[in-house]
Formats: sequence, C-alpha cells, structure tokens
Amino acid sequence: MRPSTPHRLLAWATAAAAMAQHAFGEMRFPQPDFESGYTPPATPSPPPRAWAWETLDVAALGLALLLAAWLVLRRRSRTGVILLTAACLAYFGFYRKGCVCPIGSLQNVALGLIDPNFAVPVTVVAFFAMPLLAALLFGRVFCAGVCPLGAIQDLVAVHPIQIPSPLSEALGALRHVYLVGSILLASLGAGFFICRYDPFVAFFRLDGKLPMLLFGAGLLLVGVFVARPYCRFLCPYGVLLGWLSRLSWHHASVTPAQCIQCRLCERSCPFDAIRFPAPPPSRASLERGRRAFLFLLVLLPVLIGAGAWLGFASSPALGGLHHTVALSRQILMEGAVPGTPSTQASDAFRASGRAVAALHEEAAAIGHRFAVGSALAGAFLALLFGLKLLALTRRPGRADYETDRALCLSCARCFRFCPVRPGGEVPPEFLTPEKQTHGR
Amino acid sequence: MVWQIDPLKCIQCGNCATRCVLTPSAVKCVHAFAVCGHCRLCFGYFQPETTHLHEGAENQLCPSGALMRRFIEEPYYQYTIDEPLCFGCGKCVKGCTTFGNGSLFLQVRHDRCVNCNECAIARSCPADAFVRRPASQPYILKEMPTA
Repeated sequence: MRPSTPHRLLAWATAAAAMAQHAFGEMRFPQPDFESGYTPPATPSPPPRAWAWETLDVAALGLALLLAAWLVLRRRSRTGVILLTAACLAYFGFYRKGCVCPIGSLQNVALGLIDPNFAVPVTVVAFFAMPLLAALLFGRVFCAGVCPLGAIQDLVAVHPIQIPSPLSEALGALRHVYLVGSILLASLGAGFFICRYDPFVAFFRLDGKLPMLLFGAGLLLVGVFVARPYCRFLCPYGVLLGWLSRLSWHHASVTPAQCIQCRLCERSCPFDAIRFPAPPPSRASLERGRRAFLFLLVLLPVLIGAGAWLGFASSPALGGLHHTVALSRQILMEGAVPGTPSTQASDAFRASGRAVAALHEEAAAIGHRFAVGSALAGAFLALLFGLKLLALTRRPGRADYETDRALCLSCARCFRFCPVRPGGEVPPEFLTPEKQTHGR
Repeated sequence: MVWQIDPLKCIQCGNCATRCVLTPSAVKCVHAFAVCGHCRLCFGYFQPETTHLHEGAENQLCPSGALMRRFIEEPYYQYTIDEPLCFGCGKCVKGCTTFGNGSLFLQVRHDRCVNCNECAIARSCPADAFVRRPASQPYILKEMPTA
C-alpha cells in the first residue's frame, strides 16, 4: 500500500499528481494501525495573548490618560510628562509592539461602520474612543504622554527650532488629506494604510523592512530639529483629537493664573501652538475680513464641487488599491495584451476555478463604491479647506498668550517658561511697570 | 480577533516566509499527526528525486532541517517540526498537499504573531487564504475526515 522503496516513487508521484486536483478531505494514505501502541500526538497550538491581557491594555491606556491629564493640568510638571512618555513608549511601544494603537484603530472603526461583516473587538473600540474622550475633557493629553509614536519623537526632539507658521499650517493640512484618504481606503476594504505606513512600528518591533526603517529614521532625524513631524504633519488621528480638543472642558494653559505678558513663553513651544496677543482688528480690516468672508462663502459650493470632481476623477486610481479591482484589471490585461506576465494572484485565481465574470462584476461594484466614496471624500476635504479659509478671514484680538487648543499637544514645555506662580503670585522683577508694559 | 491561514485555500506560494514583519516569520508549518499517513517515503520530507530514503541533508526538502523524522515501527515514521528552525516557506506543505495526505500545513503561530492590525502577509497572499479568527479559536487545524 505504501510506497516504501525509491523505485516506486515515480509511479506514486504520477498517481498522486492525478489526485492532486482534489482538495483536502480524502486520505490518500489511510492512518496505519500501529502495533507498537503508538498514538499520534495532538497538533501543538500555542494560544494567542489572553483576553485578560487585552483588557489590561485598555486599563493601562485609561490610567495613562488620567495620569497625563493630572500631570499636565494639576501638577503642571514637564518632568512628570517626560517620565510618563518614557513609560508609555516602553509599554505601548516596545512591549506591546505598537499594535493596536488608537491611530490605527480609527480604520477598524471606519471599516466596522461600513462593513457589517467586519467585527471590531471591544478593546479596539476602547482604544479608539478613550483618547478622544480624554481630548474632549482635558485636551490632547494622549499626544502629550501616552501615544508611543509621539513619545519616540518627543524624546528625540532635543534641539527644536521654530518653523514659519504658514509653512507649519500648510504641512499640517496633509494630516487632513491622510485622515480622509485612509478612512476612504479602509472603509472600502482596500487596506489599512495608516498601519502600512506607520514609520515607527518597525522600531518597536526591532524588525522591519528597509524602506519603512529609513522613513522612520528620517523622521526621527528631522524630529531632532523640527519637533514631532509625524504628529504635526501626518498624524490622521491628531486631526480628530484637535477637533475635540477645541471643545475641551479643561485645557492646559501657558500660565497657571493671570498672564503678565512677559513674553518669556513666546519661543517656548516647538509646535507653534502658542497664540500671541493681538490688538482687536481695526474697522477697516474688519470690513475687509467681512468682504473676504462673504466672497469665500459664495465660493464654498464651487470649492466643494471641485473637490467632489477631483475625488471622482481619482477614484479609478484609488480603486486600483483594492486587491479585487487590481486582480480584475490584471486578468483583463492578460486577456487583452498577449504576453502580459501573470502575477501570483492571477495564477492563484485561475487555479481556484472561480468564474471570471463574477470577479469582474464584484470589481465593478467595488469600483462604483469607490466612485461615490472618493467624490464624497473630495467634497469633504474641500469643505475643510473652505472652512479653514473662512476662519482665516476672522482675526480676533487676543489679550494674552494662549494655547491653540487644536494644535497644543499639552506637552507642558511652556509651563517652565512662565514666571507666574500657581497662586497668581508674580516674582518681583516682573512687577515693575516698565517690564509690564514693554516686556523684555 | 487574530490572523490565521485557511489551509484549504493556501497555495504554498512561499510569501509567508518573506512578507511577515517578523524575521523569521510568525507563520510556521504545523503537523496534524492524526491525518498523517506516517509514510516511509514522505513527499514533504524528501527531495523529489531522492534515491536513498535516509536522513542525509542532501535528501531533505526542508531548507532549514526543521522537519524531523523518527522511526516508529516498520514501515512507519513520525514527522515532527522543530518550530524554532521552521520559517514558513511551505516547501514541505506543497509536497505533502500535492502527493500526500496534506497533514503538513501552514499556520500563524500565536506565540510569535504580533497581531498587526493589517497583516503584511495577508496583504500579499495571492489566494486570499488569510482570515481573521476570534481569539478563542485561533487555529484552523486539519482533522481526520469524518466519513
């Protein structure tokens, strides 16, 4: 029964090859009756990390968020924030190896909302929601000391320089594009691009592919001078945190009591998140602003239409990132252009015996969803852009040095620069009238 | 939810060995002993054109020597996988699935898998064999066909 000698090999191979079409389920060689009392052992199957540990991660995240809020708002301690940052980098970064993180979890939630068959575990929902809730209550304390991606950048930002505000704002707009794009691609099943292009996860795992390692190393190198470049110019989750942080119940403020306008904090923020005092706008500039506002308001629908059209026009390219669409195109290409080399996926598809028509039909349906989704995404991005322009026409006066709630990472750096004591007591050298009026 | 390979969809393309974010891969070959025919001539163990059925390295299909065999009784052998040596190339799986019972197959080992939110192997799997499984049933093991 059994091929026990080498010269039978060929015969068996031929016979077996004939049977190879059949899927698993038939035993070509029946289980022997062992006479020596041997019984086959069970397949070893080491279990994944226990659920209890997953909930511990959620608890650790909650605890770290509360601790960060306490350190920033109550203790106003930069040292405390640095220690928390290092601890969270060690735990969520190097020990937990960066997965799952709140930044990536937004894709799971997006896909879960669109696709009812995609199960989102409770722990992932908690990872998504808890930092947002914390931002609503206390500002971006998650960014301050809990996020491992922020932490690794914060600890290398030893010589931050100020970059011009317009440049910082323009680069910051990339985050919105990344957010809307990654939600679109995740929710339509093209993949989790935030995770795919996570620059630091390779460091956490101490293992990764060269391009991503170079990208991460490059960001860290830039991050020595331009503090936290990923957070400021790329992080899609930071956009959501910023929106909620604008509405936050409590938020870090530069000064613990009344600002004395000593100007010491002016250059303390490496993230360009301190807004300087400004005189109330003049009547003429108010009038200019009002006209610009009305003009932009009329322009807004045009802008949104253009965004929708741009989105729609780019939908074939975006759809091509979906593997079903890509496979369908590959099969069509192989049929239309003789000599097109086949891919692993197209070979596997043909070997599976699935119907080509069904594949094209499925790809067309996905392409249709991409057309609608891309148009919506483009319109939404245009709306955000328009709202930003509208906001620029309003330049309200400001009496004191304040944090920009959307951009402030609550890192507590500026606290050290403020001479005002928590009780409102001001050191005597700042009390002279000359210093109060002229600063310096 | 954890990642796993559906062994019935797997085509042993070899991507598992190279696309995992870990080196070596979190995917390894596992053996459903109950499905194995315990053959002396194992198509997962020996090179296709082997003329001498002995354990010499030149005869072995496994590039890292991770598939070991042990004599049980004439003419049966037990095949086990030395998991630290295995890197999930699937060469033995291809041999066993094509010519044997298919008792050797690839699985994501959850003592190694870091459970990436987007599995890099799943992304490049040409046969869509990667699926998300509840963490309570993390493996898709082959069993004796009940017929």
